[in-house]
Amino acid sequence: MTGSNESRGERVSAFDGSDGCDDGQVAHYDQARFVQNGEYEPLLNEKGTAAVDVNEASPLPDELTRDTLELPSLSEPELVRHYTRLSQMIYGIDTGPYPLGSCTMKYNPKFIEDVAALETGAVHPDRSADSIQGTLEVLYQLQDYLGRIGGMDAVTLQPPAGAAGEFVGIRIASAYHDHNGEDQRDEVIVPESAHGTNFATAALGGYEVVTLPSDDGGRVDLEALEAALSERTAALMLTNPNTLGLFERDIEEIATMVHDAGGLLYYDGANLNALLGRARPGDMGFDVMHYNVHKTFATPHGGGGPGAGPVGVVDELAPFLPRPRVREECDGFELFDPEHSIGHVHGFQGNWLVLVKTFAYIARLGDEGLLDASAKSVLNANYLASQIDYEVPYGPFHHEFVASAGDQDAADVAKRMLDFGVHPPTTKWPEIVREALMTEPTEVENKTTLDTLAAAFQHAGDSDTETLESAPTRTAAGRIDQTSAARNPRLSWQALSDE
Amino acid sequence: MNGTRTSGSPYAPHTDEETATMLQAIGVESVDDLFDIPPGVRFDDEFGIDARTERETRALVRDLLERNDDLTELLGRGHYGYYVPSLVDHLADRSEFLTSYTQYQPEVSQGFLQALFEYQSLLVELTGLEIANCSMYDAATALGEAATLAERVRDTSGHRVLVPDNILDGRRSTLENYVAGTDLVVETYPTTGGTVDVQTLESQVDEGVVMCYVESPTVRGVIEPNLDSIGSLIGDADALFVLGSDPVALAILERPADVGADVVIGDASVLGLPTSYGMGLGLFATREGYLRQVPGRLVGVGEDANGRRAFTLTLQTREQHIRRERATSNICTNQAWVALRTAMHVGALGPDGLVDLASRDVTRAADLAERIDDLVGVTAPVDDGHHLREFVIRVDQPARAIATDLKERGYAVHVVGDHQLQACVAGATDDELDGFVAAFEEVVA
Repeated sequence: MTGSNESRGERVSAFDGSDGCDDGQVAHYDQARFVQNGEYEPLLNEKGTAAVDVNEASPLPDELTRDTLELPSLSEPELVRHYTRLSQMIYGIDTGPYPLGSCTMKYNPKFIEDVAALETGAVHPDRSADSIQGTLEVLYQLQDYLGRIGGMDAVTLQPPAGAAGEFVGIRIASAYHDHNGEDQRDEVIVPESAHGTNFATAALGGYEVVTLPSDDGGRVDLEALEAALSERTAALMLTNPNTLGLFERDIEEIATMVHDAGGLLYYDGANLNALLGRARPGDMGFDVMHYNVHKTFATPHGGGGPGAGPVGVVDELAPFLPRPRVREECDGFELFDPEHSIGHVHGFQGNWLVLVKTFAYIARLGDEGLLDASAKSVLNANYLASQIDYEVPYGPFHHEFVASAGDQDAADVAKRMLDFGVHPPTTKWPEIVREALMTEPTEVENKTTLDTLAAAFQHAGDSDTETLESAPTRTAAGRIDQTSAARNPRLSWQALSDE
Repeated sequence: MNGTRTSGSPYAPHTDEETATMLQAIGVESVDDLFDIPPGVRFDDEFGIDARTERETRALVRDLLERNDDLTELLGRGHYGYYVPSLVDHLADRSEFLTSYTQYQPEVSQGFLQALFEYQSLLVELTGLEIANCSMYDAATALGEAATLAERVRDTSGHRVLVPDNILDGRRSTLENYVAGTDLVVETYPTTGGTVDVQTLESQVDEGVVMCYVESPTVRGVIEPNLDSIGSLIGDADALFVLGSDPVALAILERPADVGADVVIGDASVLGLPTSYGMGLGLFATREGYLRQVPGRLVGVGEDANGRRAFTLTLQTREQHIRRERATSNICTNQAWVALRTAMHVGALGPDGLVDLASRDVTRAADLAERIDDLVGVTAPVDDGHHLREFVIRVDQPARAIATDLKERGYAVHVVGDHQLQACVAGATDDELDGFVAAFEEVVA
């Protein structure tokens, strides 16, 4: 059924009994949906706008001002209903399981919002250090926590996201090699199964990206690595466990090889949740790493951000960290500029509200909680994989596994899963697995929820092509035609009204 | 929950019985058996971080932050503490907004996509440019992205990026990092009295310039009076005109599109976020012609299977997860939730409220400068021209000593020179401004 006019009424639900599963026994999910005049929730501007004559209203001379400003003009109750309805058309972790591989969508404790809301923390970045000792101490203690957790000697909290952390790492590698008179190092090696940000970050840093194939087991191919390493190598960027959930067993040898070639070993922290309290990047020979605090340390993902991507380094690289950093002196905490700092990667010092939540999460869990997080995240991934029929070609995996949808289209499988009350896995990546379903349930799900997830996989697996292609039906919107949206880009309500 | 839990993460719900059942289903004896970590790199030590109850943790952070001095901040220079209406916190903290992620499954994420589409549209109205993305990290990183955009779309063979000599250090330095991997070099042009020295800029802008960055209001709070002619001279040289501003300023100042701006960057979180130690929201808007080169996420309109309008992330082939090393940027996680808050704040103000907020700051800044100027040994504002919300003050006594004395009386201002302070009215109440004048009077008396 497509978007023809006669189908403008609600589509026939797959749960009306026609697929034989609406006996009340199958968990499913009906998302809220508001419809008016044949469309869903209207846009802000469609609810009413007003135009202000700015020349008239502002005290400035006309040549400095715009003529008019037209914006939505809603009463507070109208505005609150608008956003409440929008929120009801969003699936979040608090709605149900969200096993998006490599994103570590774990439950975000409520109390961390309360510590971020403390008005005593609402200070301006240009305040004198002596007047914000509390803020600086939180940052200092967080640097210390992260250093211990990653086995790193020094930490910067400035990078505002994981990719920004990667960028700091690459800039540090560049500064370090330049400092040593080795500016011929113009290549960064990245395994083919790595996160897309690794490639993009290395390119942004001006490096040639050398892509490293995996071995038959899904790990770094040591022979290929040997061939790729040279006096041109600036760094190897590695995720461990990798995106297949596999621990790079040869990590010590990899570190030796990279170091012997004069390169640095970079750790992408996206999958650190699997290792908390069990293995540390610093002990494996990594020289520089980033932490995705919105993954590993449960700060909310906020519909795409903000996150934070602190970077840890070994002693030798500490002088290159972004400025300023926080240190403790006899009369308190102060900011200082590392000797060979790469400078700023953010206008001020990053995403404070995220960092204070990170601090609170780590302080709440402590050693035992962090160790349990890695235990249960790995337990959950392994249990879930044992309960589904889809093949999982690579193992042993840790906090995530990549199943293959086989002859089915993984994207369709994901759409179908939406109707069963769960968020689907990451799809079609990494490409080493055919029709990949990259699944990371995290430690926060219990067995009952994992069984619900497994059932959703199962129902999708049992669905015929027609059912898969017409899914989802119970979500706020039906299947969206993304190809035509991209072919005719309309990116604002102004673009809509021009039509 | 049936059964008991031994200690561990308070957010991992497994009972011991449940764990045992799951291990049995997997076919292993213990959780440790699931880890494939070689002995040589196993961590057998402890971090030495004590676990705490929720109450203890809240007390820990509260006690630490109480060590901050409670000062009335008259601070700006790129980070502003406007009052944020309560509804923004209450709505943005709805857990559907807070606990979802990037909208890879648009059918189940329509609400956030629509909110981001509305945010993009608000920026289109404010800037007059056709395209706005749904966030960069902050103004500094947006400036860096603008430079890499300039490199990709440039018509000239140039490689010079011009920025004002009074640009904030954090912005300049971030820009330097973003262009470090390109052949671009950053140079400054002079400012006088807080605004662009147009004549000198004109002599610097030639075919070797690929991008020129101009701010209004400037770092010193002055509204740039010559944007029109600046835009013309940059345009004549085929360089990219990047204008730095923010949503409050844009509400009343000349529309960037009308002065020839190709890109607008800035901190959009001046609305939506309270003072947050420099955390921001990178505003990024540009011309339609550069659409395929835009960094970051874009929300577009499509149609769903019911034939209804629906929203989706679009043109993702620009992005790192598809295009890898040929992506327009490495950004993935961004500031979406802050963009949501900014849109809510703009919605709460409406056009009248927003224009009024900006207009009142112009008047209040002028009034405050006049009152301070009356004090002995004090000149304010130092710079000519109109100020949006902050201005530089000259003091005969050493500025640092004055700032310290003001701090003892409960006020924080910027020290921007040996004898120069800077004060900002954004977010301050009229009573607080009265108190500040009284304190200033005592300090210089």
